[in-house]
Amino acid sequence: MAADVLTPQIYLLCGVLLFVLGLHALVVRRHLLLKILAVNVMGSGVFMVLLGVAAGGEGGVDPVPHALVITGIVVAVSATAVALVLMLRVKAATGLARLPRSGPED
Amino acid sequence: MIRRRFTSPLVLLMSLTLAGLLIVVVLDLPPQPGLAAPVADAMDRSGVRHPVTAVLLNFRGYDTFLELAVLMLAVLSIWSLGLRDPIPARPVQGPVLHGTLRHLIPVAVVTGGYLVWVGSSDSGGAFQGGAVLGAAGVMLMLSLPREMPMPSALVQRLGLSLGAFAFLAVGTAGLLTGHGFMGYPPAWAYHLILGIELAASVSIALTLVLLFLGGRSRRVRHGR
Repeated sequence: MAADVLTPQIYLLCGVLLFVLGLHALVVRRHLLLKILAVNVMGSGVFMVLLGVAAGGEGGVDPVPHALVITGIVVAVSATAVALVLMLRVKAATGLARLPRSGPED
Repeated sequence: MIRRRFTSPLVLLMSLTLAGLLIVVVLDLPPQPGLAAPVADAMDRSGVRHPVTAVLLNFRGYDTFLELAVLMLAVLSIWSLGLRDPIPARPVQGPVLHGTLRHLIPVAVVTGGYLVWVGSSDSGGAFQGGAVLGAAGVMLMLSLPREMPMPSALVQRLGLSLGAFAFLAVGTAGLLTGHGFMGYPPAWAYHLILGIELAASVSIALTLVLLFLGGRSRRVRHGR
């Protein structure tokens, strides 16, 4: 009984933690590959929250968030591929796959 | 340097605050009926028996069509960024890899086809099947890094746009026959959905392989 009530909540909690973990890494890390991975972790957190919401509704599992998540996964994969290629071009142009330490105004 | 020493605890503190706020919000979500009941009511007109497939290919077909367009756009933007780098791998000596692939790729093709077909009644569909086919294609590319079996530019472009064009053609036919854009006649829905899924899975598999290569090959020219 208690497990039935708790299960969607665990997915919601883990999704939020994944999202914040990714956001923290996105701000702190400077290597572009780590930033791309961080955005992916954030996206996984969002998907997890969506699936938790879908399971928590009344009247059974909601299929519409599941369809949203599968669409989101495909879009995330293609966006990641474009980001990785852009990262390789940045590395080819500047020699480093990271953002400059200080902006032009410093 | 001094700034960095202060910023990282500050970022940590802000992240933890955000996590706390978001947890309060998601745990306090009001109970909502969701869309399960409307989807269940319309299932008999959708042509398929799995609710997620019905949402993806019928009720919200527009989203899936645009998703195929996003995949196509991703490949085009990668092609516009330049030529692909050669895969930094030497051909593997010995019969093990090629013998394994000779058995594994037919299995992957059958599995991918089954996943597309089963999507109408169970978990599966064009994206799952396309992902399995794409993985088989990537393995084939990795096993032959020197003599990569690339089809001609026209075939690549046609395969890439096959799914989106099939979806658009069926959607426009629905508009002309009075079922609305992206609408199907209910009696034909199953066959149309299966056809779209087959075309889409071919496009998705090809897209994944081309995304993996990370640049246009020498056979794809710039320009028109």
